[in-house]
Amino acid sequence: MQLIRMAQMIEVTTMPETHPKKVLEVRDLSIGFSMQDRVVEVVKKISFDVNQGEILCVVGESGSGKSVTARALMRIARPGKILNGSIRLYDDAGRCVDITELDEQSEDMRAVRGDRIGMVFQEPMSSLSPVHTIGEQIIETILLHRNMTAGKARQEAIEALRRVQIPDPETAIDKYSFELSGGMRQRAMIAMALSCEPEILIADEPTTALDVTTQAEILRLIKRLQSELGMSVIFITHDMGVVAEVADRVAVMYHGEITEIGTVEQIFHKPAAKYTRHLIGASSRFTITGDQDRGGTLPRDGAKKMLEVRNLNLTFRKSTGILFRKVTEFNALKDVSFSLAEGENLGIVGESGSGKTTLVRALVGLLKTDSGTAMYQSDDGREFDLLQPNALRNAGLNREIRMVFQDPFSSLNPRMTVEQVIAEPLVMERKHSRSDIRKRVANLLDRVGLPSNVLSRYPHAFSGGQRQRISIARALAVNPRMIIADEATSALDGSIRSQILDLLFDLQSELGLSYMFVGHDLGVVRYFCDRIAVMHNGSLVEIGDAASVCQRPERDYTKQLIGAVPGTDPSNRRLILT
Amino acid sequence: MLQFIFNRFLTMIAMMLALSFVCFFIIQLPPGDVISAYAAELAASGDSGGLVVEQLRERYGLDQPFYVQYLKWVRNLLIGDLGYSFNLSKPVSEIISGRIGISLLVECMALVVLWGIAIPIGIYSAVRRYSAGDIFATIFGFIGLAVPNFLLALLIMYAVFIFTGTAVEGLFSAEYANAPWTPGRIWDFLTHVWVPVLVISTGGAAHIIRILRANLLDELGKPYVVTARAKGMAESRLIMRYPVRVAMIPLVATVGWVLPTIISSSIVTAIVLNLPTLSPILLRSLLSQDMHLAGALILFMGMLTLVGTLISDMLLIWIDPRIRTGMMDA
Repeated sequence: MQLIRMAQMIEVTTMPETHPKKVLEVRDLSIGFSMQDRVVEVVKKISFDVNQGEILCVVGESGSGKSVTARALMRIARPGKILNGSIRLYDDAGRCVDITELDEQSEDMRAVRGDRIGMVFQEPMSSLSPVHTIGEQIIETILLHRNMTAGKARQEAIEALRRVQIPDPETAIDKYSFELSGGMRQRAMIAMALSCEPEILIADEPTTALDVTTQAEILRLIKRLQSELGMSVIFITHDMGVVAEVADRVAVMYHGEITEIGTVEQIFHKPAAKYTRHLIGASSRFTITGDQDRGGTLPRDGAKKMLEVRNLNLTFRKSTGILFRKVTEFNALKDVSFSLAEGENLGIVGESGSGKTTLVRALVGLLKTDSGTAMYQSDDGREFDLLQPNALRNAGLNREIRMVFQDPFSSLNPRMTVEQVIAEPLVMERKHSRSDIRKRVANLLDRVGLPSNVLSRYPHAFSGGQRQRISIARALAVNPRMIIADEATSALDGSIRSQILDLLFDLQSELGLSYMFVGHDLGVVRYFCDRIAVMHNGSLVEIGDAASVCQRPERDYTKQLIGAVPGTDPSNRRLILT
Repeated sequence: MLQFIFNRFLTMIAMMLALSFVCFFIIQLPPGDVISAYAAELAASGDSGGLVVEQLRERYGLDQPFYVQYLKWVRNLLIGDLGYSFNLSKPVSEIISGRIGISLLVECMALVVLWGIAIPIGIYSAVRRYSAGDIFATIFGFIGLAVPNFLLALLIMYAVFIFTGTAVEGLFSAEYANAPWTPGRIWDFLTHVWVPVLVISTGGAAHIIRILRANLLDELGKPYVVTARAKGMAESRLIMRYPVRVAMIPLVATVGWVLPTIISSSIVTAIVLNLPTLSPILLRSLLSQDMHLAGALILFMGMLTLVGTLISDMLLIWIDPRIRTGMMDA
């Protein structure tokens, strides 16, 4: 039965061009949110079709309305409301149902959700219930739409897990989401969305929260399942690299409108809209194969060493139990050694859990190390071991190394104004007058490209990119020599990411900074850094010039990491081999 | 799992020992000892009673050093001798056993009513935020929080008296006060008990409604709720199954504080309504420095807190798998 169905599907999918059969037809769809006195239209009269067996990528930056569109297709966009337009869902026999005419809560609509349209979300951790096993959640979906016994549904759920290549599905089914790794969680999520074999799968940024290697696996999995089950996929992303890898057709969204829609080749090779060209331009800067050197500000040869890290070891110990004490150990850093020259940008890449954040936290004294040294040459030629408690603080030099964090939303105190946030390190130094501080803060804002009239506003009034500018201004307030940026651009969209990186470059040439740039996106690290260090399971496995690490990697792990980076050209796919 | 519960149990025993020491210390705090107070009382009534006093001194080891007294006291506790209430002229164990049943019954009924009204209202308030019902529940909640329980008790007593001409007071009419449990007595009990149950539960309910509403509002916006919606689940079932379960976790954690209220809760209410429960006794013993009785009650409350904490830990393990695995590692 399954085989026959698959055979039929393959027959259909091999000829999508000759018989493009519509499964979904969206016409003049507008979606709005009710404010107190008016309705704000966030999606404006968009129209598109989804054909059977194709992957339609919807690409755009955050706030472009792509997620709310996806939710409107399932009528779960609340508090967003469909203002007008139609969403027609066709079945095999050509009958159609207009989703906009159904009541959100009605049985007819619920029969569409989960059964005919499945959905996968961005954050697999928070999108799965924390208090139910993944099996319970999948079985529940099956029982909602299929008339079968609980035992049979469990068998189906195990099959669903097997289909997404979760190892040992009979055991995995009784696990909770927090017991699985990020990639496995997302697989479970996909298994759940596909448990009733829907005609359409909507994947809303399904790989954005994942490592590059896990992303590659998930992309391959979605592509394979799509052709196996002959379903259509609406794939929402902001990453043009991912689009180039998986899309058959692409819809580009900007400010709630579709600016361009076409086959992936058209979009990448003959983009018509200016915005599309801008998106492609922004993403192609971060290719790992390019030969570019960063903006002409490479450190001069023989620059003096600023930081020399030798044999750094760090173990996390968790001691548990009151009466029967047990200690579990985890070697987070194993014999890590590297150096950083003045004016240099060192990138640290690795998957989550590889120890890259632990490393930089140890360097700024947030974590205590077991052994090793990190000799730092201060501006006035003195030498300190950063790993000694309060080494820099005691010398009055803790301003020389500053950090910028990943999440621009949680790393700024929401109850402090921009001025207070930026001025805080200056106030802490207790040697500046009020008016002096005020002047410097205004100056800093100007440096990071924000108008000085924002001083008295609170962080929530700013976008992600603007907040990251505020964080950078805070780091710069005390004239540091070295900035440690821990995934500082990971939460930002493509073009904003470029702007922030350019800002960091500009500041570097003006102020002679050095950067340690921690990231999981190899393209960005390649673009920004002179040298790259690759971390894996707490060890530093490879370090070298950015170009040679990316183009002539020596270690298998590095090769694997580089092999997982999406390409930029749909006719030359790196991950999905057709 | 069993290992964990066993560990917790051992910890609890250790805590109880520490607690008993503190209680004993409190008993010893007033100058002199209980016997001298009793002797003074006897002397005032003209009875020298020297022999009785000496016997009592010996029985409680009052002529011996602190730690010996403590050990004797603990040993007496273990065999059920909680001391003697000189104020009420009865053994403490007799006083407590005579009242604990009623205390337990009233508190449990109040708890059931409290959770029974608070949870549905809390869920409704969160799901239909800012609806007329929510606003009404909010107003009701704040009134419940703001009106002191004893005042509510007085108001109800007054209203009942105005409308029916009878006084609701105590838990039994005079003729049933010491009668055995017959259908007539049960009916009599029910006609009395609704007042304290209503009074105690409204104050608490307001609290729980606010907590549950706030917790649930946080949970309703979580992505896993959207996921459940995307599965095609009916909204009402979905809300009960996912966010409500998570929102209940902090409430379950408070079960530990509920048990000791069997003794200490609503002292003023119990006095106003003249209830034959333990809480008026606690107040009286403290006022009259009847330290054996007060110490026993304080010890009891402490132990109930410990047992309640153990129970809420076990409930938490059952309801929240994250805690389960976290504690298993522990």
